[in-house]
Amino acid sequence: MLGNHYLKNVVTLKYDREKCIGCKMCVQVCPHAVFRMEGSKAVLVEKDDCMECGACARNCPSQAITVRAGVGCASGVIKGFLTNSEPTCDCVQDGKKSSSCC
Amino acid sequence: MSEKKKYLFGNIETAAGPVMLTTSGLCAADHWGGFLARFDIGRMDYTVAPGIYGLNQPDANSPVFVSANYKMSFDALRSRLKKISAWILVLDTHGINVWCAAGKGTFGTGEMIARVKSVRLDEIVTHRKLIVPQLGAPGVAAHQVRQAGGFQVIYGPVRAKNIPAFIENEFKTTEKMRRIYFTVFDRAVLIPVEVIGHMKYVFWALLYFMLLSSVHRYAFSLNAALAGGIIAAVFLFAGLAAGTILTPLLLPFIPGRAFAGKGALMGVLVYGVLKMTVPAMAAWVIWDDLAWSLMVVSLASFSAMNFTGTSTYTSLSGVLKEMKIAVPIQIAVFVIGVVIWTVGQFT
Repeated sequence: MLGNHYLKNVVTLKYDREKCIGCKMCVQVCPHAVFRMEGSKAVLVEKDDCMECGACARNCPSQAITVRAGVGCASGVIKGFLTNSEPTCDCVQDGKKSSSCC
Repeated sequence: MSEKKKYLFGNIETAAGPVMLTTSGLCAADHWGGFLARFDIGRMDYTVAPGIYGLNQPDANSPVFVSANYKMSFDALRSRLKKISAWILVLDTHGINVWCAAGKGTFGTGEMIARVKSVRLDEIVTHRKLIVPQLGAPGVAAHQVRQAGGFQVIYGPVRAKNIPAFIENEFKTTEKMRRIYFTVFDRAVLIPVEVIGHMKYVFWALLYFMLLSSVHRYAFSLNAALAGGIIAAVFLFAGLAAGTILTPLLLPFIPGRAFAGKGALMGVLVYGVLKMTVPAMAAWVIWDDLAWSLMVVSLASFSAMNFTGTSTYTSLSGVLKEMKIAVPIQIAVFVIGVVIWTVGQFT
C-alpha cells in the first residue's frame, strides 16, 4: 500500500543523542516509528514522518527531545490566526465545547 | 441523573467503596449514539462520567485501563476487553477523545494523577500499573505520573482492537500495534462530520447566487432565482465533494503531498467529469466555465486542506507551510470565479 507522507523538511523535531539514557519511551510512544533503538540509545530514523504530536518529548525523562508540538490542523490554524493566538483545535472554550474539530 | 444509563449495572464492593460496573457488550443504544455522533448529532455531548468503572467482576489484581470521558472512546475500550476482568479509569477530558484531549493536555499528567487519587486507586488495586492508550502520550509524562503517585504508565496499543493481543503479549506493544494507520475505512467514517461542517457556508453562498440570479437581465424572476440556485448548488457541492469525500477516500493515491494540491487536483477531475457528462454545459460560453471551474477547484482545495485536522500524519509545521502558500491562492481564485460569475449576470 502506498503510504501517507506529508511535506518534507518542515518538522521542528530535534534530538540530542548525548542526553539519551536509553529508556525507549520515545520508541514506544511514537505512532510513526520516527525513533528506533540502536544499541543502548535511540536514533532518529524517519524525521519527515513526524507529526509533531509531542509525545516523545513529553515522555523523555532526560529532555533529549524537543519539538514544537501542535495540531496539524488547517481550521485550527485559521482559528488561531483569526483570534490572534496559537494554532489550536480548541474544543473547549470557557468550559463549553465548540462544535468544530475533534 | 434522570436518564437511565443502560451501560451501567450495579456496583462492586472495593476497599475504596462501591464502584460502578459496566459491560463489554454494547447495546443498541450504544451503537445508535455512536452512529449519530459520526453525523455530528449530539457529538459534543456524548460523555460518560469521569471516575472508575469495573468490568467482569474485577479484583485487586485486575489491570487498570485509562480512557477519556468521550463515550465513543469508553465504548471502544470496554467492547474490546470482552471477557477480561479489568478496571476502567475515565479521565475528565470534557467529552473529547483521547488523541485530541492529549493534544490539549486535558488527557494529561495532572488529570491522571488527580483522578488516581480521587478514586483511591491505590486502595482498589494492589499493583501499581496504568495502561494508557498510546495516543494519550502527547499529554502524559509517564515519569511524572510515577513520581507523583507511584503508578507506572504502560502505553497500550493505538487501537483498542489490539488490546487482547497486547494482553496476550504480556502487556507489551509490538511495533505494529504502535503504528497509526489511516486506512480507507478510517478515512471514510470521518467524512460525514467534514461534509456537515461546511454546510452552513453553503447555505449563505446559495443565498448569494439565488439573489443575484433573480435579478437576471434587470428584472426579478423567481424561476431564474431557482435555476441559478440549482446550478450553484450542483457546483458548490461538486467542489466540496471533491475536497471532503474524494480526497479523503483516495488520499494516498492522489499525487503530491500537500492536501491543498490533492484537493485542487480532485476539483479539476470533478469539473472535467461534469463538463463531459452534463449536456447543458456544452452550450456554455467560456466565462461560465471559467467562473464555475475556478470556484469548484478552489473550494475543493480549501475543503481538502481542512482534512489535515482529521488526518493522522500531518504536522503543524507542514500545515503552516502549506497554508501560507495555498490560502492566498484559494481565496484569490475563488473571488475571481465569483466576480466573473457576478459580472456575467449583468452583461
